[in-house]
Amino acid sequence: MKHIVSAALLVSAAFSSCKKDDTSLYDNTVKGELSIEFDNVAGSSDLQLNTATYTNGAGESLKISMVKYYVSNFVLTGTDGAVYKVPQDSCYFLIDESDVTTHEPVLKVPEGEYKTVSFMVGIDSLRNTMDISKRTGVLDPTGVASDMYWGWNSGYIFLKIEGTSPAITASGNVFQYHIGGFGGYNSPTPNNLKTITLDLTARGVPKVKKGKDTNIHLFVDVLKAFSGATNMSFATTSMIHSAAPGVPVANNYASMFRHDHTEN
Amino acid sequence: MHRKHWIIAFFFIAGMYACNKEAANYFTGFQKPLDFPEPVYHFATNQVTKEGFELGRKLFYETMLSNDNSTSCGSCHIQTSAFTHHGHSLSHGIADRLGTRNSPPIMNLAWNTSFMWDGGVVDLDLQPIAPITNHVEMDATMADVLNKLRASLAYPALFNKAYGSTAITTSNFLKALSQFMVMCISSHSKYDSVKQHIGSVSFNAEEQRGYTLFQQKCSSCHKEPLFTDYSFRNNGLVPSSIDDQGRYLITQSDDDKYKFKVPSLRNLEFTAPYMHDGRFLTLDAVFDHYSMQVQDMPTLDPLFRQNGFRGIPISSEQRMAMSAFLNTLNDRSFLLDKRFSEQ
Repeated sequence: MKHIVSAALLVSAAFSSCKKDDTSLYDNTVKGELSIEFDNVAGSSDLQLNTATYTNGAGESLKISMVKYYVSNFVLTGTDGAVYKVPQDSCYFLIDESDVTTHEPVLKVPEGEYKTVSFMVGIDSLRNTMDISKRTGVLDPTGVASDMYWGWNSGYIFLKIEGTSPAITASGNVFQYHIGGFGGYNSPTPNNLKTITLDLTARGVPKVKKGKDTNIHLFVDVLKAFSGATNMSFATTSMIHSAAPGVPVANNYASMFRHDHTEN
Repeated sequence: MHRKHWIIAFFFIAGMYACNKEAANYFTGFQKPLDFPEPVYHFATNQVTKEGFELGRKLFYETMLSNDNSTSCGSCHIQTSAFTHHGHSLSHGIADRLGTRNSPPIMNLAWNTSFMWDGGVVDLDLQPIAPITNHVEMDATMADVLNKLRASLAYPALFNKAYGSTAITTSNFLKALSQFMVMCISSHSKYDSVKQHIGSVSFNAEEQRGYTLFQQKCSSCHKEPLFTDYSFRNNGLVPSSIDDQGRYLITQSDDDKYKFKVPSLRNLEFTAPYMHDGRFLTLDAVFDHYSMQVQDMPTLDPLFRQNGFRGIPISSEQRMAMSAFLNTLNDRSFLLDKRFSEQ
């Protein structure tokens, strides 16, 4: 019996020390790297620019030549409920399907485990109206953002998806969906900003620790931009170059992000 | 001629020379005219300096800002026409491609709450991007423009003078242009002299009568002293074949269909043709429009539907007096000010 008690004591001591180790594993005053991979897919296949043929919700076939979108304003909620907002100045990313170096933004976040990630698709209204000196990097309207910016109606294009479809009779069979509109500066305009919140508990909580890489792998089904609440038809709408006609597309693509797995 | 006269003549000529020299180098920074309200431009993030202003002026007249190095801002904003494209109802840009609107004056922009006829641009610093990248205006990419400036002999040194660094950045480029543009203040009309009690200048009887009529019939939109309230209104122009829907293109709200920004009436004499598409070649045509041709539309401004009359009732006799008053808004010194000219 004595042995059993000692053994039990030992085991429980071991457990409690384990537990103790577990919580002291993280130091939330220290930041580690958390990358978020935006893996663009088309339905259940990897997205192939220019070559593969897909079908939209209206039954029209299409090829995709370009997919670009901004993600920004990342917020992480810890398993303990603590909310961490990534500082805005380091929180704007342009995902470009044709440039593999853009697919995996890296955030610096406090060590810990996170149950949800949320982010905005697009550029918030504040940054959209901020002094030009603050618009550097992917936000430079004369640099990286030069083709993601409406000069005639000051504001960023949030998402661009372009391609061809035989359903379009105009020459080249080209469609261009450019979605933007942050709500207007001095009078209200359509607001196509979308905030996406993804649960991470079902498919793997990220465990961030300094010195190790943690990766949240998202699948982004770009075909969802064309279908959902509104099935877009290329025969009817092949060009979108302003905020209002982009509303149904933005509503559609708000549901194209899903968490696939986490690499800890 | 007596010797005394020669001496006087000498000093007179020397004095003129000194004045001229002084005028060319004279720089006081941004100064608000006495009768103007506080400006709205954000000087806190772009203090006007002599070097920045001079760099902005050089850029304003720089043809490298266009794709084929043919067209500068000054090509369509001509100083002697108060920085408009005189004689062109619709302004043409590169390769004579025709735009859809009449180029507005570069004048008193520090008070503008938005830019373009439809207000699509809200910050003066962002305004140049629109014409530089527009296919029918300068048809360039901003990246190309900046690279051309970087590769030039003159500009890195000029940016260094203005900003203490030879690096040519988006922000410094755009802010220099803003510095030049906010300095283009027109405030030396007869109207300003009367309002500021300069000397003994006063309106004559006809101008005074015109002023009273103007205040009754026009000043709710063309608000003094800048002669616009910067609002967007439908003034009953029959849509042209282009069917430019104005402010609607920006807000996509049906309430904004066919609304355009109320333009200033300063320097009216030099800024013909009138309206967003330059359809009226003379002031008389404008009077004809308001008194007889205002078209009814759902978004027509309610001010044009008063007392059972559509438009603004203006008799031909009133028209004479109002024209006399409107001529007091012309500021010839603005057209000739060497500080704003290509050097």
